[in-house]
Amino acid sequence: MVSIKELSKEEYLLKGHIACAGCGPAISLRLLFKALGKKVILVVPACCSSVIPGPYPFTSFAVPVQNILFEATGATASGIVAALRQREIRDVTVVGWAGDGGTFDIGIQALSGAAERETDFIYICYDNEAYGNTGVQRSGATPYGAWTTTTPTGKKERKKDMAFIMAAHRVPYVATACPSYPVDFIKKIRKAKEIRGTKFIHILAPCPTGWRYDTSKTVEMGRLAVRTGMWTLFEIENGKFKLNSPSDKLIDRTKRKPVREYLALQDRFRKLTEVDIEKIQKWVDEDWERYRKLASNQYV
Amino acid sequence: MAQTVIDTANHIVAYAAKAARVQVIAAYPITPQTSIVERIAELVESGEFSAEYIRVESEHSAMAACIGAAAAGVRTFTATAAHGLVLMHEALHWASGSRLPIVMPVVNRTLGPGWNIWADYTDSMSQRDTGWIQFYCADNQEVFDTIIQAYKLCENEQVLLPVMVCLEAFILSHTYMPVKIPDQEKIDDFLPSYKPKWFLDVDNPFSLANIVSPEYYMEFRYMMKEAMENAKQLIPEIDKEYGELCGFEHGGLIEKYKCEDADLILLTMGTMGTEAMVAVDNLRNEGLRVGTARVRVFRPFPKEEIRKLAETTQMFAMIDRGISFGMEGFLAEETKASLYDQKNQPLTAGFVAGLGGRDVTFKTIEKIAKKSSEWMRAGRVEKETVWVDLKE
Repeated sequence: MVSIKELSKEEYLLKGHIACAGCGPAISLRLLFKALGKKVILVVPACCSSVIPGPYPFTSFAVPVQNILFEATGATASGIVAALRQREIRDVTVVGWAGDGGTFDIGIQALSGAAERETDFIYICYDNEAYGNTGVQRSGATPYGAWTTTTPTGKKERKKDMAFIMAAHRVPYVATACPSYPVDFIKKIRKAKEIRGTKFIHILAPCPTGWRYDTSKTVEMGRLAVRTGMWTLFEIENGKFKLNSPSDKLIDRTKRKPVREYLALQDRFRKLTEVDIEKIQKWVDEDWERYRKLASNQYV
Repeated sequence: MAQTVIDTANHIVAYAAKAARVQVIAAYPITPQTSIVERIAELVESGEFSAEYIRVESEHSAMAACIGAAAAGVRTFTATAAHGLVLMHEALHWASGSRLPIVMPVVNRTLGPGWNIWADYTDSMSQRDTGWIQFYCADNQEVFDTIIQAYKLCENEQVLLPVMVCLEAFILSHTYMPVKIPDQEKIDDFLPSYKPKWFLDVDNPFSLANIVSPEYYMEFRYMMKEAMENAKQLIPEIDKEYGELCGFEHGGLIEKYKCEDADLILLTMGTMGTEAMVAVDNLRNEGLRVGTARVRVFRPFPKEEIRKLAETTQMFAMIDRGISFGMEGFLAEETKASLYDQKNQPLTAGFVAGLGGRDVTFKTIEKIAKKSSEWMRAGRVEKETVWVDLKE
């Protein structure tokens, strides 16, 4: 069991980082480091996290970091893993830490290749549902209807189901998480560390800058995403699907809050029509029907 | 005892990687490089070669994986050609800017469209400004020796820049030649195991390649410029040291043949250099005082050596297996740039030949030399760039 109290007091995301106020990815990073300690090599492509640590000659990450090209996280991590094996270093965890653009879009090839090669590393996609670093442009992770600077009237397409795309690679461990549920988050990171092969963790990381909500509401926004069923906490371990708390209590539709409550708090959804909201509610319910079936049969 | 093998340059590349005790290889197959990675796979899977070979899903990923491996402190290798090389372009800058000593044979193949798998230098020449050191080889022996020398060079703390070892498609890659492979002990003496000055280390964490502001960026690039200058000094020394230990030297930066008294010097690269030697001998029999200088290293460019040659000759004919559209052949433009503030200005004429794998034999080169000496006698070059054997 993990409890917040037994977490290390050591901080590896140091003071002076330059993330936006209320940054979901920064909270996630802090939790990640606390979960894994210092024996980590982080691979970071172009994304918010290549800016968050601040410019040379300083960094606010207290672990070694390989900054790398936007599309290359999976490949560069593969090189580091091979080098550590050649040097007989066995107690270091290699973590790819990429945004949704670097995962869903430009980096999906390198990630797919690394997973197919059964590269022994943890790949974490911290998903803020847009290209945040470059000023909130649409990505393959942006949800239907959301405003971004390249979808000024709202995105017309749905978000990719990235966790299931990775599960289709037959990797040993896929999980979703959200920093609003830190115990669940840390448990999953630690579990991934103990498994050999490619582990994919998909984090919903709310972004006040891109989603247009008050910076004090990041934790609440993650909780609402889960409670409305817009985001679901689950694991797929060796093909076996399992809902995690509190998502496991939301199979019954009446237990879930209407998606409207989540959408209404974010200005990026301000142009949604009633028809749009109904459409989103229907899609969420369909997803949940799939989760219900998977949870009862358990295999993906 | 040194061993003589008769094999293709591509297989020789694989043996050189093994002899250099490379630890991580990340490569993606592309014609005409494939027999390099196939032989490496055989050597690795048979247990003869203890490297780890990552079968990446693209050349971009090959270079990205090499960057990770080299940054994590191991001797790293890849090989590619043509479209694979240009797909890597972004990562080539990242590798050199990160100052990682990666060695990459490039089997020179032209670029499409239309699809063409044969030799010219379009692929590597379009990467000349990436901050990589570039060698161009004339035969299979030089391919082997240059790969070993390349690691010695790029791992030197005064250099720390990656190296391309270029060899032409089919003319070398698939052609059998005898190659003397020195004793492993001698190679180990020449090239000890890799001890990186820094690497991604959890006990000494740092951030590699994070954001750098205008306040510091220029200084990092200045250091790369200095490293290239250092490489220029070290390449002839390393070539000589290798020669003393293993038996072969390849001319350092530029290999000269009968240049001392030559009125006309043919400037060449790669296998055209070998053909040019035959042409020089034939033409000298006809009474023409001609020599040839093969530019072995294109980055750093041997500017000083070119200037020195210019002091004693009347004319340079630069033969290019490539063209910079809107300007001239690569070797032609760089030679002329090197000569700009020279007192004795020899005449210069550029010749573009052998694009897309068209043969450039000693006969082609004799023709080039004769045309050049005609202009030399007239004291005037009629055409800045001649496209050799062009169907008009």
